[in-house]
Amino acid sequence: MNIYIQPEYEVVRDRDRCIGCRVCERQCANLVHSYDAEAGKMQADSALCVNCHRCVCVCPTHALKIVKSDDTYKVNGNWGNQTINEVYRQANSGGVLLSSMGNPKEYPVFWDKMLINASQVTNPPIDPLREPMETRLWLGKRTSVIERDERGKLKNKLSPQLELKVPILFSAMSYGSISYNAHESLARAAQELGTFYNTGEGGLHKDFYKYGKNTIVQVASGRFGVYKDYLDTAAAIEIKMGQGAKPGIGGHLPGEKISADVSETRMIPQGVDAISPAPHHDIYSIEDLRQLVYSLKEATDYKKPVIVKIAAVHNCAAIASGIARSGADILAIDGYRGGTGAAPTRIRDNVGIPIELALAQVDQRLREEGIRDEVSILAGGSIRSSADVIKAIALGADACYIGTAALLALGCHLCRTCHTGKCNWGIATQRPDLVKRLNPDIGYKRLVNLVTAWNHEIQEMMGGMGINSIEALRGNRLMLRGIGLTDTELSVLGIKYAGESM
Amino acid sequence: MLMREGQFRNPSGCAVTGIIDRSGKPMSGECMIQSIAVMHDRSNGLGGGFAGYGIYPHYKDFYAFHLFFDGKGARAETEAFLGRHFEIAYASEIRTRKLPSITDEPLIYRYFVTPLSRKLADSHLDEREYVARCANRINVQIGGAYVFSCGKNMGIFKGVGYPEDIGRYYCLEEYSGYAWTCHGRYPTNTPGWWGGAHPFGLLDFSIVHNGEISSYDANRRYIEMFGYRCTLQTDTEVITYIIDYLVRKRGLTLKETAHVIAASFWSTIADKDEEAKEQETLLRRMFPSLLITGPFSIILGYTGGLMTLGDRLKLRSMVCAEKGDVAYMASEESAIRAIEPNVEKVYSPAGGEPVLFEVYDKESVR
Repeated sequence: MNIYIQPEYEVVRDRDRCIGCRVCERQCANLVHSYDAEAGKMQADSALCVNCHRCVCVCPTHALKIVKSDDTYKVNGNWGNQTINEVYRQANSGGVLLSSMGNPKEYPVFWDKMLINASQVTNPPIDPLREPMETRLWLGKRTSVIERDERGKLKNKLSPQLELKVPILFSAMSYGSISYNAHESLARAAQELGTFYNTGEGGLHKDFYKYGKNTIVQVASGRFGVYKDYLDTAAAIEIKMGQGAKPGIGGHLPGEKISADVSETRMIPQGVDAISPAPHHDIYSIEDLRQLVYSLKEATDYKKPVIVKIAAVHNCAAIASGIARSGADILAIDGYRGGTGAAPTRIRDNVGIPIELALAQVDQRLREEGIRDEVSILAGGSIRSSADVIKAIALGADACYIGTAALLALGCHLCRTCHTGKCNWGIATQRPDLVKRLNPDIGYKRLVNLVTAWNHEIQEMMGGMGINSIEALRGNRLMLRGIGLTDTELSVLGIKYAGESM
Repeated sequence: MLMREGQFRNPSGCAVTGIIDRSGKPMSGECMIQSIAVMHDRSNGLGGGFAGYGIYPHYKDFYAFHLFFDGKGARAETEAFLGRHFEIAYASEIRTRKLPSITDEPLIYRYFVTPLSRKLADSHLDEREYVARCANRINVQIGGAYVFSCGKNMGIFKGVGYPEDIGRYYCLEEYSGYAWTCHGRYPTNTPGWWGGAHPFGLLDFSIVHNGEISSYDANRRYIEMFGYRCTLQTDTEVITYIIDYLVRKRGLTLKETAHVIAASFWSTIADKDEEAKEQETLLRRMFPSLLITGPFSIILGYTGGLMTLGDRLKLRSMVCAEKGDVAYMASEESAIRAIEPNVEKVYSPAGGEPVLFEVYDKESVR
């Protein structure tokens, strides 16, 4: 017996406005809309709706809206509707609940409890419209001996670094979890912006090798699509040890999304779930990680920086210290709000810690141990705006990874059902009829717009602080003040409370 | 309760001035007093100080420790410490002149010292590192004692008051040196403590600084990785440590150091010749966290020379001038003309452009 579950959202159609053009019907991969020829009217089955707003956006007469259902069980402060429904769903199916995108629960967002400084009188603000305002930076190790040539000039003894024109990179999203057109949009945007996108763990489609200079390739526990050319093509290699959305487990790609092309790129059979192992089976300890770091460096002739990505968890500062001594050049930390194409709901919503706290602790630990120069730090796992970028860098990040914000720029409406593979926006799907809805010529431009706009805002805020290089903001925690935070939160973040002077 | 310097961050506006005779000829401190007095309104009576180079020719092989003591207890404890680590060649109270405008002065002593050779050998440290660490230990561990100068053949004199009064207080007309710098402070908070005045010194480096840097905490948190402790929380302190780290510990030249802390903009570097482009890019890639942003103009004193450097946007003034062997630098041209009305060359260095004036025969002043 399956208990009927009332849909959470309802499709509401304004009958006066609807002209029966049926575009909603054609655009909905979830088959919500249908035409009742007898009645001459459009119908909607709310039970199928994922609230992706595709129909709302394409309706030429704006006749549609999606509203939260006011149907409710008897109100209960402990057993909310969703909690009860999840029990019913699991009792119906016996399965693990799956979700997509980042943790949507109402945990505190520390970005929103930090305020940024500005200069006046004793120290002038700087106007980015009239003065240079540098957002260019280099990622990688900064430790190097001072050696001079016979003429006394400094020799370049630095390890390979990545040069970025903006302090923002596109984070790992695999081909498979997102579409060909989404990948093309990211790759082209990264190239135009002077930054990098990340293949995620799904390999690199043969058509995109040409964007190699702006590509970070990932080596994850499934090792999908990893081979020599893949490593050689990239600007940098990222070892994925963890992911903020699902710390403790490996990647999930449902079989529905493994098309022929994805299968070829990943080097796995078509239509079969691709579940990466939770650990790398050659990494059971920090010394094993070091071996993989150096294996990859050997394989690529020490020409590329190696990134190690970890999920933000309770002991991430200690883990980071180990990684900084492992030969890795860059450390990426992914907070628990980070997105995913598919994750067990319970893990997504309950495992891991906020990026703000993890970042602050990692940066502080590496400084206390005097090894902050061994690695650059990338922060991701929910950077939502230019203000979040500024705050992350002031806490200690070198630059930020954005994933969800990039998908939003491509049209994603955060319906959080990527795992079904029926993304109406052509992003998290492999169905050719849906994929073609995302035009990469437009998509890449929208990504460029987003990052360009953020970069302008970053420059404005930097100028306000009297800082004209992003590098002078890095770890500059006096530029931040907490608001609505406890003493413990302030001390974990390493910042003062609003109103406390310099 | 009013907090002591170091317990809060205390940015300040200021006046700076400096003079060097490149022939190595000594000048009395009087000229600096005259020069800084012209810029009276750039200070507010809450701090002034001087650094003189070549002022201790008879003890030039000894480190000259200048100390403030809150009381006799701190002095006794410090002298015991000095005795355990150094041979003390000469010790005395620094001569001062009572002035109605200078109040609440601490005990002020001077010691000419050289490290005990066995202690130094056992420490496995370079001599200067040994001295720097000892000075730091006194400052951190002995309550009420503060080493404010510890270089060879140079000395810092500072206190709370207007700089011209501080100069007279220390009887600087009685000292002669080939180079002098001076600082008048306009702090935006109220320090009551003499140790907080400037110049700030470490070994033979001394810095006078005008500005309020916006990169402070980025610089501080970085430099503290290398054993420095920014106990005073002033810009001048962190700038001194940065220069000490880059020059003494990493072996960069002063010009290279300038390209780190007041690095040219990327757009400027792009227009330079290949070699400069490569060197400056490399320096920015190696030491990005030591870039200093926000307004500053400094005069760095070191054995045999003075260097001026301003922030890359030139948010603080600095004027240089020359006449014969003598070079002048100051926040305002008037401060130079006050002591030499007939200067020959007057110019304002560009933002981020280091200007070095060094004695012709550096060996002569070692």
